Amino acid sequence: MTLLNAIIQGTLLGGYYAMIAVGLSFMVGVMRIINLAHGSLAIFAAFFLLVLSQKFGISPFLALVVVLPAMAGIGWLLQRGILERSTRAGPLVPILSTFGLAIVIDNLLFEQFGANTQSLAPSIGSLSYDSWALTDTIYVGKLAVLTFAAAVALLGGLQLLLSYTTVGLAIRATSEDPDTAELIGVNARAINATAAAIALVTVAIAGMFLAMRATFDPYAGSLQLIFAFEAAVIGGTGSLWGTLVGGIVLGLAQSMGAQIHPQGFLIAGHAVFLLILFTRRFWTVQSFKLLAGMLVGSRTA
Amino acid sequence: MSALAVEGLDVRHGLLQAVHGVSLQVAEGEIVALVGANGAGKTTLLRTIAGAHAPYSGKVLLEGEDVTAVPAHKRVAKGVALVPEGRKLFTAMTVDENLRLAGAVGRKGDWTVDRVLETFPMLKARRHARCGGLSGGEQQATAIGRALMTNPRVLLLDEVSLGLSPLAVDLVYASLKGLIESRTTILLVEQDLTRALGVSQRVICMLEGRIVLEGASRSVTREQVTEAYFGLGRDHNASAGKTS
Amino acid sequence: MSYPGKITIERWTELSRTVAIAAAVLVLLLALAPALMSANVVDRLTTLFIYVILAVMWNALAGYGGLVSIGQQAFFGLGAYFAIRLSEWGIPVFPALVLAIVLVGILSAPLSVLMLRLRAGEFAVGMWVASELLRLLVNLDPIIQGDTGRSLIALSAFDAGTRRSLVYWLALVLMLLLLGAVFVLLRSKQGAAIQAIRDSEEAAASVGVRVRRAKQMIFVLAALGCGAAGALWLATSTTFQPRSFFGVQWTAYMIFMVLVGGLGRFEGPILGAVIFFLIESWFGAMGVWYLIGLGLTALAFALFLPRGIWGSIEDVFGLHLLPVGYRVRMEEDIDESGSSHRPVAEMSDT
Repeated sequence: MTLLNAIIQGTLLGGYYAMIAVGLSFMVGVMRIINLAHGSLAIFAAFFLLVLSQKFGISPFLALVVVLPAMAGIGWLLQRGILERSTRAGPLVPILSTFGLAIVIDNLLFEQFGANTQSLAPSIGSLSYDSWALTDTIYVGKLAVLTFAAAVALLGGLQLLLSYTTVGLAIRATSEDPDTAELIGVNARAINATAAAIALVTVAIAGMFLAMRATFDPYAGSLQLIFAFEAAVIGGTGSLWGTLVGGIVLGLAQSMGAQIHPQGFLIAGHAVFLLILFTRRFWTVQSFKLLAGMLVGSRTA
Repeated sequence: MSALAVEGLDVRHGLLQAVHGVSLQVAEGEIVALVGANGAGKTTLLRTIAGAHAPYSGKVLLEGEDVTAVPAHKRVAKGVALVPEGRKLFTAMTVDENLRLAGAVGRKGDWTVDRVLETFPMLKARRHARCGGLSGGEQQATAIGRALMTNPRVLLLDEVSLGLSPLAVDLVYASLKGLIESRTTILLVEQDLTRALGVSQRVICMLEGRIVLEGASRSVTREQVTEAYFGLGRDHNASAGKTS
Repeated sequence: MSYPGKITIERWTELSRTVAIAAAVLVLLLALAPALMSANVVDRLTTLFIYVILAVMWNALAGYGGLVSIGQQAFFGLGAYFAIRLSEWGIPVFPALVLAIVLVGILSAPLSVLMLRLRAGEFAVGMWVASELLRLLVNLDPIIQGDTGRSLIALSAFDAGTRRSLVYWLALVLMLLLLGAVFVLLRSKQGAAIQAIRDSEEAAASVGVRVRRAKQMIFVLAALGCGAAGALWLATSTTFQPRSFFGVQWTAYMIFMVLVGGLGRFEGPILGAVIFFLIESWFGAMGVWYLIGLGLTALAFALFLPRGIWGSIEDVFGLHLLPVGYRVRMEEDIDESGSSHRPVAEMSDT
């Protein structure tokens, strides 16, 4: 039953990974930028929520009312101020400038808050440890389920935005061909800034859920960036629902690894990521059909 | 005052000069054909008029208003629309989505998705198909329709017959007839000389970034155009000539 | 149009000849440093040599190979780890250090085959993930004892003075070897190939450049260099802690040095290393603010001066100290007195 437990926990963890990954994947898909400050920004949002929650004694969910618009604004400024310029200087320059930005954010947070680990768990009461018992031996944390549900809702919301709103259409057009988008009246720079704002809103939400289910410190951003990157790439960078697939694969790998060895959690995650990365060109629809056919034991067409 | 005017336009790609001191005017409702060999500067000229490329010097005027410094997306609001060379549709989006987007961000006016589909009936069945899967003719129709959705005063068409079968080109030009009759101002680049002369009132020929011939389509002869097109009968140092 | 006179291709200019001689003198002086300078200076110089190695290596990878890697600390850490491991197995300390570097090079060859299949951004972060994985695997080795680390005990067999001098000379030799390797590589056919690849991979491949092979060579060279730096750092700091040696701050330092000094130039990274060394000497004690300053400076350079200090100097003055390019000289440039004027055409490492 520990195996089943591990599978459930891993899958639910995948929901969190999808949330942290979607913003990163979005920026790569729309602006072709890998934002290495992504994880640090999530931690920044977590600290922001922490300060508000502690100062006003409110739930982090309520604090989002302030934090989300603030993060959207920061996203806009980030794109217009740093990323736009970086992209003009060369395709690899954004990696360097966002890396520098990450260092600045991490260390400013350290300067302000010190090395202590923090958590939003105290601000959400019993939600952080409540669970439902599925059977005598299988428990699922309410927070884990909520996180997963929130992830699906977030992805769904983004999907609706991209498919049905003018802004969404404009974002899709700009990501494919910004030059032609301008020719039909789309302000590509404003759209990119909007996409960055949207990405940072998702980052803030992910940061909140991270801080609720685990502890964080000023330097926690790097690891979150790596997880986000892994989930995004496994599922196919730039793909919206791919982040959920990638997140679940990552979560499962980590969960299984943890069963084998204390360090197995991280090792298995990184190893599976690299494995998938190297064998990626074999993961076509054809090969999946073949694999499915073999597993089911039936003949494949 | 002309619907579109260009004065002394000088456009460069880095160190390469693509357009040398070009001036031209297009009256309202007029159709002007722009011909010339590859590399003559026609596409660069159209893109500069549309605002996708900034000129080194010179002016672009829309009904007398100087729009040279206006960025492309704002120029659309002023009534210029370019159907780019190679169609450049958003292939991951459907025909409907391409049209709707242009309608939402372009100028407001009479054109609707339904009206576009009436003008290009071949698209009716493909309304919700992804543009990446359309045939050449369907793509061209969608690209023109997309530009129309921005309700332009001046429509710029860059090589609409490129890569299409003769039948497809016929269909596209047949659909354009309606546009022509509605007195939209059109500046079109066309490789096929017969079509260019047949559909336009005036023809301008460019060579190496300069205008080398300009005249009424009815009176200009094929020989004159061919000479101008290839730069025959012209010294290395002689300047461009004009015939009306 | 054919040219009637004689055309010669030159590699060296007068300026670069002068600089080369000056450099040789400098190397001689440096070799004598342990005898002439105080212990502290020798220590600091060793650190400087390590920084130079790191900067030149990251620059070779990114500036010439077009490969931005956030994971070079993988080799830095491995260089140190292998040295510890080999020393534990009884191999004498200094041979162990050298052998560790060789091992890093050997390991990097198959790794290059895998990693080079990745696209630009994925390569950058993929190397970081590889680095993290290697750190975790190294942690599994019982002698490492997790974050407490392990000391290179065998070094204490030497007295402080001897140890310091030996490590210093090893650092100097390794730095010169690696600089020499990069210099030779860039001047060679492979070097032209590498620069062609950086400018346009497709175009380079179309004229027959073996893109994959050239990138692999750079990858392995950079791995060797970073491994050398790691082994040397271990020799100076004696204790190996995985988290510190495999930490991404090493990449941060490398990026800083190359951005500030000048990406893609040969002289640039050396300048960047010197600047970083000075900044660290003066501000390192400021702790967090020092790091924030580093990050802000890197950010500012990336945005406003992406060609770095040396790159900007080169742009303004047309100065090239080290002869890595080619210059075409036409016969007419030589007048009656036999002295030569500026050549007609010049192609340097752009």
